[in-house]
Amino acid sequence: MRGGDMADILEIDGLSFRYPDSPKRAVEDFQLTVPEGEIVVLAGPSGCGKSTLLRAVNGLIPHMYGGDYSGDVKVGGASVKESGMRDLAQRVGFLFQNPENQIFMFTVERDVAFGLENLGVSRGDMRERVDEAMRLLGITDLALRAPHELSDGQKQRVALAGVLAMRPKLVILDEPTSLLDPKTAAELVGLVARLRKELGTTFVVVEHRLDLLVKVADRLVVMSEGRKVLEGTPSEVLFGDKAEGYGVAVPAVTRVQKMLVRDGFIPRGGLLTPEELAVAAGGQGP
Amino acid sequence: MIEFREVSFVHQNGVKALDGVSLRIESGETVAVVGENGAGKTTLVKQVTGLLKPTSGSVLVDGEDTKSTSTAKLSRKVGVAFQNPDHQLFSESVEEEMAFALRNFGFAPAVVQQRVAWGLELFGLEEYRKSSPLVLSGGEKKRLTLACILAWDPDVVILDEPTVGQDSIQKEKLVGTIGMLRSAGKTVVVVSHDIEFLWPVQPRVVVMKSGRVVGDGPARTLMLERGLLETARVVQPQLVELYQGLKRRPEEPFVDPLEARRWVEEAAGR
Repeated sequence: MRGGDMADILEIDGLSFRYPDSPKRAVEDFQLTVPEGEIVVLAGPSGCGKSTLLRAVNGLIPHMYGGDYSGDVKVGGASVKESGMRDLAQRVGFLFQNPENQIFMFTVERDVAFGLENLGVSRGDMRERVDEAMRLLGITDLALRAPHELSDGQKQRVALAGVLAMRPKLVILDEPTSLLDPKTAAELVGLVARLRKELGTTFVVVEHRLDLLVKVADRLVVMSEGRKVLEGTPSEVLFGDKAEGYGVAVPAVTRVQKMLVRDGFIPRGGLLTPEELAVAAGGQGP
Repeated sequence: MIEFREVSFVHQNGVKALDGVSLRIESGETVAVVGENGAGKTTLVKQVTGLLKPTSGSVLVDGEDTKSTSTAKLSRKVGVAFQNPDHQLFSESVEEEMAFALRNFGFAPAVVQQRVAWGLELFGLEEYRKSSPLVLSGGEKKRLTLACILAWDPDVVILDEPTVGQDSIQKEKLVGTIGMLRSAGKTVVVVSHDIEFLWPVQPRVVVMKSGRVVGDGPARTLMLERGLLETARVVQPQLVELYQGLKRRPEEPFVDPLEARRWVEEAAGR
């Protein structure tokens, strides 16, 4: 178990929320504790309340969307509902699905600096933080380019650099790979794993495509109808009987592994990659 | 039939998005277009609708050059669900959104009513019948645009990144919908990054890179070519990786997990 003595960066304690014009609660009695430095994947069918939960973590709920709110959400020990939005913006970074929604300046470095400028960070400090974020994401060469000329993968990196420049302890990624080609998507997942290792950043990732993320995630949480219905390591959840019923995309190779274990052809163990499963199933790479 | 003859396309800003593409898609074929971001996939399918016309070369839909065919005539034949559904939705209610194109194409009121009910049921959107399309989630909007298109029964259906925002249950339904279109003799063209979604569909696969077609063939043989796919930043389906890792393997890769299980267990028993 990694970091048993680490502090909890995110504590969601019995959160329920109902939008003013809705008859039923979007989130119901939700409980989740995330220790610092974990990568947590949040999955579940469309409309299960994932977006509402994320809004309650970054403060849009209850500060912008009013409604019936009970329970509490704490980021780094401070209650979200009692924190100001400016303060929250420094603690929680948020990367949208479509980077176009958060890139709007004329050059990459101005874009990366945008959040810091809004906070009124000193020029020297800003320069240092922007340079560091660009270096971490390998976009230093792009500093003076116009963001709209970049590829989708590069735009995604620019948006993420802007988030990291704020040095948040917790970063939320909302379906970060859905617009990326398969190779770029795999690279982004690798980047998340590296940032966790180098900076100790905690990531909460909402994603339907689990084939890439299960390799780096510590925990998989599944939501349905506003409630948390499954929680465990990716292998615990994906090897269980219930995940598919909740619309979780169990990767094809994991489905094969599960059947072979159940039929007694290979021993029980962690999640295997396709190559590893081929070896376990009596093959050897060509 | 759709035919691209030496098609090049240069955007207004001078960027060459298509570079001498020649491609023939027969009626009734299911074709997936894959490749890295910016490879020209969306530009390619926009040529079929006549929304974009080639800078040089020509595109023929059922033998007619898109340069001399009206967009109205083409759109009756070719239905496209774009990547971003917000560009396509504009009506006050979900049912009105579906009825709009049908009325424009001159369908009788009774047919319009029937098709709207059919589409809403097929895509699980009945509860939103009276709602504004704008309140739908991203995934629901995509399903609505698809329902709108299928309702007017075009010969060619083009889906640009249909799985974005869809959970696995919806993705499985989409695989079923493509199967339904295929058995109805429609030509289906799917642009997608989601290789795991495409694999069970078993389409013909066209691989694009820098505005060119660099690979073309049935999924079961083309997806074995790791080197070619890597240059186009496409990864292999997991079941193909598993298949290629096995020492003893059947002639063709596994299409679904059950086939893989059966092979491994039978091989162990031999």
